[in-house]
Amino acid sequence: MTLTVAVHTQSPSPAQPAAAAPPGDAERGKALFVKNGCYQCHNYEGHGGAAGARIAPNPLPFRAFVAYVRAPRGDMPPYTATVMAEQDLADVYAYLRSRPRPADVSRIPLLAR
Amino acid sequence: MNRRGFLKHASLAGAAAIATPAVAEPQSPAARGAAPATPIMSAAAETATPPEAEILTTDRTGSDFMVDVLKAIGLDYICANPGSSFRGIHESVINYGGNERPELITCCHEESSVAMGHGYAKVEGKPLGVFAHGTVGLQHAAMAIYNAWCDRVPVYVMLGNQLDATLRRPGAEWAHSVQDAAAMVRDFTKWDDTPMSLPHFAESALRAYKIAMTPPMAPVVLVLNAELQEQPLGTDVRLAIPKLAIPAPPEGDSRAVAEVARLLVAAEHPVIVADRYARTPAAMAHLVELAETLQAGVISLGGRLNFPTRHPLNVSQARAIADADLILALEVNDLWGVVNTFRDQLHRSSRPLTRPGTKVISITSGDLYLKANYQDFQRFAEVDLALAADAEATLPSLVDAVKRTATADRRRVFESRGAKLAEATSAALDRARLEASYAWDASPVSTARLCAELWGQIRNEDWALVNGTAGWAPRLWSFDKPYQFIGGSGGAGVGYGAPAAVGAALAHKRHGRLAVNIQTDGDLMYAPGVLWTAAHHRIPLLSVMHNNRAYHQELMHVQKMCNRHSRGVDRGRIGSELVDPFIDYAKVAQGLGLHAEGPITDPKDVGPAIARAVATVKRGEPALVDVVCQPR
Repeated sequence: MTLTVAVHTQSPSPAQPAAAAPPGDAERGKALFVKNGCYQCHNYEGHGGAAGARIAPNPLPFRAFVAYVRAPRGDMPPYTATVMAEQDLADVYAYLRSRPRPADVSRIPLLAR
Repeated sequence: MNRRGFLKHASLAGAAAIATPAVAEPQSPAARGAAPATPIMSAAAETATPPEAEILTTDRTGSDFMVDVLKAIGLDYICANPGSSFRGIHESVINYGGNERPELITCCHEESSVAMGHGYAKVEGKPLGVFAHGTVGLQHAAMAIYNAWCDRVPVYVMLGNQLDATLRRPGAEWAHSVQDAAAMVRDFTKWDDTPMSLPHFAESALRAYKIAMTPPMAPVVLVLNAELQEQPLGTDVRLAIPKLAIPAPPEGDSRAVAEVARLLVAAEHPVIVADRYARTPAAMAHLVELAETLQAGVISLGGRLNFPTRHPLNVSQARAIADADLILALEVNDLWGVVNTFRDQLHRSSRPLTRPGTKVISITSGDLYLKANYQDFQRFAEVDLALAADAEATLPSLVDAVKRTATADRRRVFESRGAKLAEATSAALDRARLEASYAWDASPVSTARLCAELWGQIRNEDWALVNGTAGWAPRLWSFDKPYQFIGGSGGAGVGYGAPAAVGAALAHKRHGRLAVNIQTDGDLMYAPGVLWTAAHHRIPLLSVMHNNRAYHQELMHVQKMCNRHSRGVDRGRIGSELVDPFIDYAKVAQGLGLHAEGPITDPKDVGPAIARAVATVKRGEPALVDVVCQPR
């Protein structure tokens, strides 16, 4: 473990039109998120960590999300349609979007400067 | 009768045999077979009447002199499981030496003994000693020695062995004897010897210490022949201990230092990268002075605590390498990895992170000493200027050279650069706080919440983080004292964390500091007995567990293979998870004598549990809080 911790988070994306993503089942998506090991790098809430970017609650637009999952540019393992079908990804996407936004950081005393 | 004669008598007495002459004729196989294997401490041996005038005791032994030498060297502690091959010096340490400087620390695994020495040396700046069998003990200790080798840390290992085959007790002593005990670890120790006399021991003991303490530092091994330990010494025997002078570490060539200064002053975007740079408490101040003189950004890679985490010039969280036109690397083992990025996909690939024309300067004692077999030296890095020297020893003269070289015009450029870097580092801290707020109330507990709760309990104490970071400690905590972090294992050999933390806590104990350990679960399971060592020796240590119930780094590797082969990911956890049953680390720790709480899954319970554990630790005892965490 080094003192340099590269946590590459996605920039907060502008409001994404819900119509851009196909309907998804967030509960099923939660189960798939665990079953398919997404949590291993992105943690159970998709909030990111030492090994993976924060991808919730505002993931990339759905088509970009799918494209990245199928053919990641970095070290992330690729998910083929054999492993996760398009609907599976839609369900995971719905789960990620369902994650709560954090409280105002200024209201968390332990995170005060 | 000398000891050789005594041993021969004793074993034969056990067989009710006729005493053998001191100078024995070669025995036939049949004769050897006639003397059954009888342990020297058998009931028969105990009750048999010794021959008249047989001398069975002595007031002084070779191992007493060995202890005199260890005291002269200044070893404060010896970590060891007991072992018959070093029973002589064990007894000399506790009786002849009074069990003070060195004091024997009872360990439950030789890997723990060495790793304790690893952690101790990084705090105290000098090694402690380790005793182990030359065979089974060293086999246990080997991985920890390798970690210390990779991390350039001195550990002083002493191995018991019985070289003279004719004196070995039948049975286990044969299994515990070896022709060349140190051979197994010679590829990853800096020096070893097998002294054949006590004067030889004295010279080699001091030589080993000098070599271990000269950068690049590394473990050394001395093999203590059992005969040498247990031989009686007459009271009139005078043995000398040579003078010990630790060599001054090698400083960079003065002309090369002047050239480094010229390049640094001329650079527009210099970045200083430090890894195992800080050997002593003075190192941080030297690096701060260099960085502030130049107003240059510093990346501390985490091999040691080189630079304050909240310093405005700490750019460890930024992508400063890509912008640099000059990189100064201080004791960076993997410099290639700093200036390149590597992609681990089906076809492995890499690309430079630096822009064309960026100059790279290296100052490292690693260029002075290298071995071939083990590959911890990393990929060959292209540099423009290399100083084969100790970086910490070189920095004061480099700071002076930079101050002499910098003109008023350049200093104005420096000030402007520093102001921009300060803005960037302030923004990086705000980003870290924001990112930490995500999943704040999640269960399992987020690693950011874990670190924030821990920081809340220790920030007003004189604390030191002795193991682990959970990724968030350097982003959220203010490390500004040189002893507040000691880096990691070096060789990535799992099982380092818990014993190194106990060893470091042993060193912090005399300074009254609160030693804090962020303990991963998989690491603790290698040799949890070291918690008992902490309890037994009243070593105050706060362990807070980052318990993700898996060997998680490996789990991700296996998943990568699952994805690569498109055979499904859901079975990827087989072989890496620590579930079914969950391990109750609080109960494990309680059984080993610690105050312990957990498993904690509600983040609201973490802070109060840590507060109770801190109170225990401040009373001088170890404590553990098991927190079930998010994976990373």
